[in-house]
Amino acid sequence: MTIVKASMAGTVWKVLVSEGEQVAADQDVVILESMKMEIPIAAEEAGTVKRIIIAEGDFINVDDDLMEIE
Amino acid sequence: MFKKVLIANRGEIARRVIRTCKRLGIETVAIYSEADKDSLHVKEATESFCIGKPPVAQSYLNIEAILDVAKETGTDAVHPGYGLLSENASFAKRVEEAGLTFIGPKSNVIQTMGSKLEARKAMQQAGVPIVQGVNEPIADTDEASKIAEEIGYPVMLKASAGGGGIGMQLVNNEEELRKAFEGNQKRAQSFFGDGTMFIEKFIAEPHHIEVQVLADAYGNVVPVFERECSIQRRNQKVVEEAPSPFISEETRKKMLDAAVDAAKHIGYTNAGTIEFLVDRDQNFYFLEMNTRLQVEHPVTEEITGLDLVEQQLKVAKGEKLAFTREDIQKNGHAIEVRIYAEHPVTFFPSPGKITKLELPEGEGIRHEIAVETGSDVTPFYDPMIAKLVVFGATREEACTRLADALRGYVVEGIQTNIPMLLKTVTHEQFLSGVTTTKFVEEYYLPKATTVGK
Repeated sequence: MTIVKASMAGTVWKVLVSEGEQVAADQDVVILESMKMEIPIAAEEAGTVKRIIIAEGDFINVDDDLMEIE
Repeated sequence: MFKKVLIANRGEIARRVIRTCKRLGIETVAIYSEADKDSLHVKEATESFCIGKPPVAQSYLNIEAILDVAKETGTDAVHPGYGLLSENASFAKRVEEAGLTFIGPKSNVIQTMGSKLEARKAMQQAGVPIVQGVNEPIADTDEASKIAEEIGYPVMLKASAGGGGIGMQLVNNEEELRKAFEGNQKRAQSFFGDGTMFIEKFIAEPHHIEVQVLADAYGNVVPVFERECSIQRRNQKVVEEAPSPFISEETRKKMLDAAVDAAKHIGYTNAGTIEFLVDRDQNFYFLEMNTRLQVEHPVTEEITGLDLVEQQLKVAKGEKLAFTREDIQKNGHAIEVRIYAEHPVTFFPSPGKITKLELPEGEGIRHEIAVETGSDVTPFYDPMIAKLVVFGATREEACTRLADALRGYVVEGIQTNIPMLLKTVTHEQFLSGVTTTKFVEEYYLPKATTVGK
């Protein structure tokens, strides 16, 4: 299992996948908004989205867990 | 003069306005969000009021909260700065209706120039050159394709309500247009609440050159020269200078004349900027008008000796401009660079705590800055933390001073674009004075390594 983490502080603008969905390595799974810019966050490895920890609109800090991929 | 001015903004521009107000004996009211409670503008204003939570929608864009503070404090005028509510016509209208003075043009003028399509029409009527294109909204992809065919590819697809490059895309052929149209329309709709699209002919390798004007309520419009702002990243300016090293005296005169015609035609008052695209043959075309003070206004101040905030306050108070076009001479050369809290190569934001800050000092160096050692740069606002402005008797001297100043500019704890700025202003292409909006793409980042989407 891998945890997708936030690369920087910001607000969760969009969650691009849902639980149970198959994702590829390097696929964008979340878009953060920080300093008026969209920051895509990609899954490092391919797998199934097991749990989404955050919701759109949440404020998150750098290194916060965003989702689990199995 | 006004007794008390509320500044509906934050960061360096709030400090900039407070500075001129203090000099003129005007009291100031600062507003701030919970994230900005330790900010310098909060400490420097006569009075300061927290108006909400960190996200802009709950603080700096909260019109009701801002007007409440204005009323409670007995403010008589509101300075909107740039960004945030500065070009929001309904905010200007609400300020007017509350019996206060909005330091800017009338709300109906903001409204007209806020629509790129309306602005195109107004400029055409004023006899100002516009890029070949359409003046009516385009309904769907089929109509867009027909129009693009008539104009001839490549064309620029644009959102009428757009800004910051959102809803704008270059398309080279019908296939690209068909792919791009609906996406941009939707994007404009979701960002601006207005999906009105139009098409203009694409101008290859343009310079972005803008003319600053000052206009009083008696029909006097004085152009105060131009600024070249061609060096941009993510459609945002990074380096700005005055005067433009590219245009001839003849082109300069024509552009200043056109800016005066534009401002007069729409009944413009206060400080405003008419942006033009200039092609390699020095043909120029109206791009848009910014109905507010610009981020890069200091370079104009440096070469003219004017304080543009002071002029804004005077004109808003109903004073006549105390000078004519002939009275304003330009002297020397000024360059501004914007210091962003961001990765110097990917341009991704870099919020965090500034653990060390050392500013270069010396002849011709001016700082406009919102942070100090220990400041937190939060993810809620624009990444610009400071502006470095240099002046020199010649462009060459200004370039040398700028490079030296950047080498001595120390920001630790967060990443900044200072390495990118230094590389830019020491690049032979920049030193040659011929810079286009393609500069960053062509010279700074080789195409293959450009990151982002």
